[in-house]
Amino acid sequence: MEFAIEAEGLVKTYPKGVRALDGVGFSVARGTVFGLLGPNGAGKSTTVKILTTLTAPDEGRAVVAGHDVVREPLRVRRSIGVVGQKHGIDPEATGIENLRLQGDLYGMPRRKAKARAQELLERFGIADAQKRLVRTWSGGMQRKLDVALGLMHRPDVLFLDEPTTGLDPEARTDMWSEIEQLAREEGVTVLLTTHYLEEADRLASQLAIVDRGRIVAAGTPDELKSELRGDTLLVELGDSANGRALAALATADSVREATVDGRVLRARADEGARAIPTVLALLEAEGIPVVAATVSRPSLDDVYLRHAGRTFEEAER
Amino acid sequence: MMLKTRQTISLTIRALLALWRQPWFVAITLVQPMIWLLLFGALFKRVVEIPGFHGGSYLHFLTPGVVVMSALFAAGWNGMGLIEAIDRGIMDRFLVTPVWRGALVGASCVHAAVVILVQTIVIIAVAFAAGTTFSASTVVVMLVLPVLLGGAVAALSNAMALVTRQEESLIGAVQFVVLPASFLSSGMMASNLLPGWIHDVARFNPVNWTVTAVRSSDWSLIGEHAGLLIALMLVCGALATRAFRVYQRAV
Repeated sequence: MEFAIEAEGLVKTYPKGVRALDGVGFSVARGTVFGLLGPNGAGKSTTVKILTTLTAPDEGRAVVAGHDVVREPLRVRRSIGVVGQKHGIDPEATGIENLRLQGDLYGMPRRKAKARAQELLERFGIADAQKRLVRTWSGGMQRKLDVALGLMHRPDVLFLDEPTTGLDPEARTDMWSEIEQLAREEGVTVLLTTHYLEEADRLASQLAIVDRGRIVAAGTPDELKSELRGDTLLVELGDSANGRALAALATADSVREATVDGRVLRARADEGARAIPTVLALLEAEGIPVVAATVSRPSLDDVYLRHAGRTFEEAER
Repeated sequence: MMLKTRQTISLTIRALLALWRQPWFVAITLVQPMIWLLLFGALFKRVVEIPGFHGGSYLHFLTPGVVVMSALFAAGWNGMGLIEAIDRGIMDRFLVTPVWRGALVGASCVHAAVVILVQTIVIIAVAFAAGTTFSASTVVVMLVLPVLLGGAVAALSNAMALVTRQEESLIGAVQFVVLPASFLSSGMMASNLLPGWIHDVARFNPVNWTVTAVRSSDWSLIGEHAGLLIALMLVCGALATRAFRVYQRAV
């Protein structure tokens, strides 16, 4: 298989002794969307900075679009498009001025650049606003211009560093369909970082979960989820009867990995729909009131919990 | 080479457009030198009567001093644009494109040069309106040499911006350097009336190279000082280009 990105043993320590990356490695197949999932501060952005030649790793190596990021940064830069976590757009310039400058920096022929800029403006539905200062645009429109800038020179590999952070739900869904189309229509390889589990689940065909500067799990979203064997049971209890609830379930063979956090009982079962009546019966026998019970297919949240040893919300705190 | 030139021009246009869209800033940049010129000119009007000051009008003597001091300020503030670009993520976007680092510095210097040129023209016009005159050749030197000095200082300001990435540090540095550098020269006071130690320091002060060249009619001296300023500008430009490495190591 041909890889668009290959990273191996990346280590990066910042001046104040903060070890942002502690041996990150993964490969991204050409033409796919790869998701780097992890909480804030896990090392996703540092990984992107190294792969896009913005900063150099202390150890390890990385090849992007066939070129080593440390030895041939200029060749890498010509082949990649980058949409940073922060806006890279110039708010004091108009949309078309932003795109024109981008084309100039890549040395695109003027006429081609002009046509490409219009194509992108139309494609993202922001053509009407192109002559207005970007400062006056909505957050969603600005983010689209960001992506358009990254695509201007038709890169082989596109980096999207948290493309939907800070967008309202509607703009986020909108951006998701844009990214899905991108991968299909432009044939570009996409590396996406996100701290939204559903975003990674929906967009990425391959995933790596990053935690504290390391990759803790990797695979397709389905692979990662099926590793967990079975469904998740969530039972909301009427009172916080921790010890008694766990003891009640101890006899149920079909249920495993039971934990209680406050009033929420969490457990796994191969076939959730069959296990739920047993669980409810056992709890009732102990006189523990139940408010609600749900069965769900394993989510990436569960995958994260298993590999990082804490729930995603805890890691984000 | 073609690409580097095109990158520099495009980045310069971006900077000038951004400037043009801040009319208040433009107004202040143009009004402030007039205030220096007319205020100092009035305040120290009788300085020329001091024995050893070769007579003439103080306004005539002061004009090159104000031109150079204004150029220093304009160039010193140039790094602020870079810090803004860093804070907004624009710099990081530029740095992952194939942009030549020299184009980023060059655009800042050309931007500073344009500001200084316009400022100088306004100051000279005000000086003429206030009744003093300069020969055509003096006007030319007064337009060109402050631009060279400004180019060097703008490059330094950019280097400083990349290394500190903080507006406060840059503001501090500009305040700390510009006024002393202006007064450690013959900008406001005849060279032969400067205290001995200031006279000695001034010989190594690029501000003084600029001012004395503007007041001189000796073309070999003017040429020599212009050469020094060009050399300084190239050194500062190289330094600023290197400063990108410091920045990229820290992000």
